[in-house]
Amino acid sequence: MRKNKMLTVFAVFVFGFLILPLIIITITAFGKGSAITFPIESFSVKWFVKVFTIKSFRISFLTSLEIAMLATVIALLVGIPAAYALARSGLKGKGLIKSVFLSPTIVPGIVIGFVLYQFLVLSLRVPVFIGLLAGHFMVTLPYVIRVVGSSLEQFDFSTEEAAWSLGCGKIRAFFKVVLPNITSGISAAFMLAFINSFNNIPVSMFLSGPGVSTFPANLMNYIEYNYDPTVSAVSVLLMAVTVLMMVIVDKTLGIAALAK
Amino acid sequence: MKKRSAFVMIIPGLVILAVCLFLPLLRVLIPSLHTGEYPLSAYVTFFQDEYYRKIFVRTVKVACLTTGFCMVLGVPTAYFISRCSKKWRGILLSVSIFPMMTNSVIRSFAWINILGSNGLINRLLITAGIVEKPLKLLYTDFAIIIGSVYLFLPLMIVTVAGVMENIGDDMMEAALSLGADRIRAFMKVIFPMSLPGIIVGGILVFTGTLTAYTTPQLLGGNKNMVLSTFIYQRAMTVGDWDGAAVISLIMIVVTLAVIKGFNSLAARLDKRGGDHA
Repeated sequence: MRKNKMLTVFAVFVFGFLILPLIIITITAFGKGSAITFPIESFSVKWFVKVFTIKSFRISFLTSLEIAMLATVIALLVGIPAAYALARSGLKGKGLIKSVFLSPTIVPGIVIGFVLYQFLVLSLRVPVFIGLLAGHFMVTLPYVIRVVGSSLEQFDFSTEEAAWSLGCGKIRAFFKVVLPNITSGISAAFMLAFINSFNNIPVSMFLSGPGVSTFPANLMNYIEYNYDPTVSAVSVLLMAVTVLMMVIVDKTLGIAALAK
Repeated sequence: MKKRSAFVMIIPGLVILAVCLFLPLLRVLIPSLHTGEYPLSAYVTFFQDEYYRKIFVRTVKVACLTTGFCMVLGVPTAYFISRCSKKWRGILLSVSIFPMMTNSVIRSFAWINILGSNGLINRLLITAGIVEKPLKLLYTDFAIIIGSVYLFLPLMIVTVAGVMENIGDDMMEAALSLGADRIRAFMKVIFPMSLPGIIVGGILVFTGTLTAYTTPQLLGGNKNMVLSTFIYQRAMTVGDWDGAAVISLIMIVVTLAVIKGFNSLAARLDKRGGDHA
């Protein structure tokens, strides 16, 4: 098809809008002065060194990895069987149950954090870490239900029935026939759930206490009191990890897996 | 599958949701309906207070404008992506997905660097001699809106591009050969066919902006609060937990109303399209 010139110019403008701010951050990270300037006057990598010397960054980074990993794994353990049952059984009110599983998406993150803090942490005296994990579980579960669910919808269940008729037990058939066929959906769900939990801030705002704080919340706190290129350097490091991860996803699942 | 085994597979998830979401929601939010002299009086008070009402209106205004801008910028861009060669489609989709995978703190921080009093725009304007003193761009509603558009535009593009990919080139060709110009052909053929995607994108952007915390906090500051930053401020700074519960329920109700509104709009438009066919 013949390309429309106006549309091309428009798209170039939009992609410039999306990318330029991130390029500006990247350049400012290499400035020497302690104020963020663009363009930079002289080159230095000292802000990258400084990132690793800030203890609260190190601790909260590990907390975020731990929370995101645990929340995602629990969501997969709970979500995959649920998605399977929803796809496979003639259970009454299937649509309703599915919307119950997806309902955390309609509760604002800050509200999830607020009610969990009040109910679990203040009333029931549950440790803050558990409250934070519960909150992040609400972030991850809908991704598992949606992505694994759509991959089960595409699965031809007659292969599973063939396994049954050949004498394979139901549980064994699930692991030997169904699961291997939905691994790409599970991987995509894992990536999306993990990334979104790791990046989430609103859920974590209320659910932090002594020694329990997530990395993005910590970073945000840092920005509100300091304005130096350390944050630019952190951003560059995180973006580098993101690029690496996207390349891996593209090579294995295809980049469209992240567009769900 | 036996009912019992389906039940066993679903129950763990439902139990966690009940204990860690529904029960806390009910226990914290329901009492807010009965505080004060008469039922709902806390809510009446909320909307009678000028300052509170201002925050509510600002939140809805930001969400509406952000959704509008994301549609205007995102829909043509999504169309552009869907008409590219396979190779370019992959590249442009990656460029759109990359910001989505990048933390919202970083994406808001980018705009602090651009809009701040010592930021890119003000330095350019001062160097060019257009203004003498830096303009106040940061910590305004404008900053929240531009930050939110930046935050949610990729979501709109990716959602709509996914739907437009399935519309064949021949649709456009047919409209053109029947004498429509490009813009008319797009508005009459491509736009109605991709409406479901645009509606879904609209819901995601609107509810996302309505409930976003990071961007309004970093770009709006304490003077330009929205509902989500207001909840935190009421509860943590002022210690007004009942007030925070009131705002929470208002946010949930507005979110549900918006989803319902968009969906019934989609249904109505769908019906109208059906009449023509």
